[in-house]
Amino acid sequence: MAWFFSKSSDEGIVLTSRIRLARNIDGVPFPHILDKDSAKKVVEDVTSAILDSNSAISKDFDVINLKDITLNERMSLVEKHLISKDLINRSDISAVMINKQKNVSIMINEEDHIRLQVIYPGFKLKEAYELASKIDDLIEERITYSYDTRLGYLTSCPTNVGTGLRASVMLHLPALTITKNINNIINTINQVGLTIRGLYGEGSNALGNVYQISNQITLGLSEEEIINNLIAVTNKIVEKEKKAREMLLEKQSVELEDELYRALGILKYARSISTQESLELISKVRMGVEMGIIKDVNVDKLNELFVNVQPATLQLLEKRDLSPKDRDIVRARLIREKLN
Amino acid sequence: MLCQRCNQKEANVHITKIINGVKTELHLCDECAKQSEDINVNFPINFGMPMSFQNILDGFVEMLGGAPKTYEEEVCPVCKMTFNDFRNKGRLGCGRCYSAFSQKITPIIKRVHGNIEHTGKVPARTGGELKLRRDIQRLKEELKIAINKEEYEKAAKLRDEIRYLESKLGTERGE
Repeated sequence: MAWFFSKSSDEGIVLTSRIRLARNIDGVPFPHILDKDSAKKVVEDVTSAILDSNSAISKDFDVINLKDITLNERMSLVEKHLISKDLINRSDISAVMINKQKNVSIMINEEDHIRLQVIYPGFKLKEAYELASKIDDLIEERITYSYDTRLGYLTSCPTNVGTGLRASVMLHLPALTITKNINNIINTINQVGLTIRGLYGEGSNALGNVYQISNQITLGLSEEEIINNLIAVTNKIVEKEKKAREMLLEKQSVELEDELYRALGILKYARSISTQESLELISKVRMGVEMGIIKDVNVDKLNELFVNVQPATLQLLEKRDLSPKDRDIVRARLIREKLN
Repeated sequence: MLCQRCNQKEANVHITKIINGVKTELHLCDECAKQSEDINVNFPINFGMPMSFQNILDGFVEMLGGAPKTYEEEVCPVCKMTFNDFRNKGRLGCGRCYSAFSQKITPIIKRVHGNIEHTGKVPARTGGELKLRRDIQRLKEELKIAINKEEYEKAAKLRDEIRYLESKLGTERGE
């Protein structure tokens, strides 16, 4: 979980930068209609393209066949943003390669044959793309991609065709959410070819005031243009979040201080707490620390909790399956131990 | 009392809603309550039901005067998928589908991306020849503009460059 534990820049507003490239193998049907034997060959071809290459990167990767790990282990990888739910839905044929630093994951037989992802802490989209493109070149040395001169990289869903690139930033926007300014931002973002979603992508809520912003258009713009657009819009949103925080501090400093310390109080002393509530409260405390209101809490601890309180990761840490009620009790204990 | 939603577990979450003076009561178990929208009222934004590509696709096909579902249709020679399969699933079967259904799928791609020309990365190994061709195409367009503007000196330079790239394309193919 290197990406989540690292200190982030931009006063912590940009949590992570992520690049995902969708690629397919020429002449092979896409995973959703692929028979088991061919799917197995796709896994073999992609893994050996990385492992047998003479690159320094190749030694860093572990290969995990999804069918070989438990449901909890799979879900925990989703909670850590290393794989997608779609990969789990195809667990009988899917695999993932994850590097030691846990910032590169290569999903095999997801919606496309290859979904290469690089995730960096902080605001580092260009660096993340550079690494992704390098690994992409490495795979292409041995695998012939499905590629068309006119349409670019061909993908299972036409919404990804062209660059196959999804660039995204994960933003922590508590002040914009509290002041309800987030609704304007959501509307504006949709008008400039970007999309905004909750913590776990499509269909998820903005848990813990965390939002994901990514490009929607993948064809007709170059990778550089797509990334630059996202950077420009992200800079504006970060600026707005900072303004909203200043405004809150100016106009309602006592109310704000009270709310943030109450959040810390609940986290420190609760005996049972849901994922949703804990993420909301962690978000508030994090904002308090970043604004210099709360002084004796370490942001790294909050980052760690943000991942560890989630159901599957929590159960993995406890090394046993828990009922929802027991999970809430264990979660509260875990948070108390971390913060007291 | 049993949970009103699953009728299996004990209800231990009780909700009373009063909307426009109409009172409704809801009794749910832990699990169902977690999934219930009624409880998440304090949530700032719900991204709960995004439109999937399949939802939108059908609209596009109809709007663009697409074939009715009974139409005798093309089959992709590689994966044997039909255009109707694509319409139902929202996913193509293989890379070849793009050219097999080109006529129908190009307007859809144009709707989604506002464009049908890839201008980004070209794969290094398989893309060498493609890249050359694209460069030649681009130079030919520039040449046309130069001639129209009567910039003959520039046109001559462009022509030489095109010749050079075309000869390079020939050697790449082993001609």
